Amino acid sequence: MNYLTDGLLMALKIIVSCDKQFFEIVFVSIKVSFISTLLASSVGIPLGIFLAQKKFPGRGIILTIINSLMSLPTVAVGLMLYAFLSRQGPLGHFGLLYTLSAMVIGQFILILPITTGLTISAVKTLDRRVAQTIIALGANSRQRFRMFIHEAQPGILAAIIAGFSRVFAEVGVSMMLGGNIKGYTRNITTAIALETSKGEFALGIALGIVLLTVAFAINVFLTTLHKQTT
Amino acid sequence: MKHLKLLLILLLIQVLGLPCFAKDTLKLATTTSTYETGLLDYIFPSFEEKHDVEIHIISVGTGKAIKLGENADVDIILVHARGAEDRFLNEGYGINRRDVMYNDFLILGPASDPARISKISDTAKALKRIYKTKSTFVSRGDDSGTHKKEKLLWKKASLKPHGKWYLEAGQGMAATLRMADEKNAYCMVDRATYLSNESKIRLKLLLKGDQILFNPYGVIAVNPYKHSHVNYEMAMNLIAWLTSPKCQEMIATYKKNGNLLYHPNAANPIIVK
Repeated sequence: MNYLTDGLLMALKIIVSCDKQFFEIVFVSIKVSFISTLLASSVGIPLGIFLAQKKFPGRGIILTIINSLMSLPTVAVGLMLYAFLSRQGPLGHFGLLYTLSAMVIGQFILILPITTGLTISAVKTLDRRVAQTIIALGANSRQRFRMFIHEAQPGILAAIIAGFSRVFAEVGVSMMLGGNIKGYTRNITTAIALETSKGEFALGIALGIVLLTVAFAINVFLTTLHKQTT
Repeated sequence: MKHLKLLLILLLIQVLGLPCFAKDTLKLATTTSTYETGLLDYIFPSFEEKHDVEIHIISVGTGKAIKLGENADVDIILVHARGAEDRFLNEGYGINRRDVMYNDFLILGPASDPARISKISDTAKALKRIYKTKSTFVSRGDDSGTHKKEKLLWKKASLKPHGKWYLEAGQGMAATLRMADEKNAYCMVDRATYLSNESKIRLKLLLKGDQILFNPYGVIAVNPYKHSHVNYEMAMNLIAWLTSPKCQEMIATYKKNGNLLYHPNAANPIIVK
């Protein structure tokens, strides 16, 4: 019953002792989530700005689809991509299943709707006169794009953070496409799943605590970055 | 900002990996039981060092492991379900099967033993009693080697377990054992998992030693004539290592909590009917 206190103590012990295996696991989580968030942001933000601005037939349906895809289950993404990436699947000859790249692809798909959708609402809530003024001042499309990012910055940052948090904490995609391979694709969440199934609850809780700590640190980092640039 | 960009680019390179610098890798699909007992972490490092290769272990149920072999998503499999293994070989998905080791399955149950099986040595009889008394029984329910074995045992006892007392966990061995422990139920477990969890559970060992409960592990290379991309040579190296006197000796002496977990048998295969 002392799982919680044991877990806390163990978390401290692990962090203090600089266990190499443990830091490998944390590093896998960080780098995979960072890259998938970066990719999803660099596609999702421009796409979101475009969709928030342009009026065209069928736009309403697209927005609804994007909003519903925000609740895409991780295992569904995992399963779908598994079928594509397996050697017998259409993308099989790249041999991507059970690699870090597969995890990145899965997480990218998982959060693309989030970064896109939240950017759309961030841009939409801007005063309509912002867009009109920008155009009236004769900005070209590139300048317009930069202005939108600048004006909607808090909302866009929230989109990035939401995306990052989702991939950092998800387990379905990582487990199904990464395979929880020790020293390679094992990340914090799949390690927690493994330790739990082995009955090592204290170690699982310790990893959970570390996950929250790292998430906290990264959010602080992103927020200060935001403050610096404004 | 510039540093940040550089950092991200470095990360990107790291994740995508530069194939030309990458170490040789061997993908092995194996069962949760062999992995969770720590045996593989004990016998693989010297092999990896000798051949300068990284073994990527994907630990899943035997059913999934065989499926991964069929799809050639892995290069080699280490599993325990003789019937399914033979099918895998006969259909040409795998070649060069070798026996590696065996342990045995045990039937655990609550100390009160409501089905009164502790004095029985015949598995079929014990299952019949559990069935008749509708004592709670937790099954793996995940098409793993253990689950296949359990289904076979029910079949041999001419029973079809179903009802509220028969729970299918759909999880790994240790998780299933823990569920059985929480529910104070009967369950079937391999000896290695039992020994490594003995101190954490209340369930008692009630039945062991019936020959039908033997649990042999085999290693099979994925057929390179069917899927040319597999790392066949390294797979064969691993088979050679697993069946070598040196590794067999390591398996024979691998202990957890002072108990031996596996019996190597590369040289003298046992036949379980």
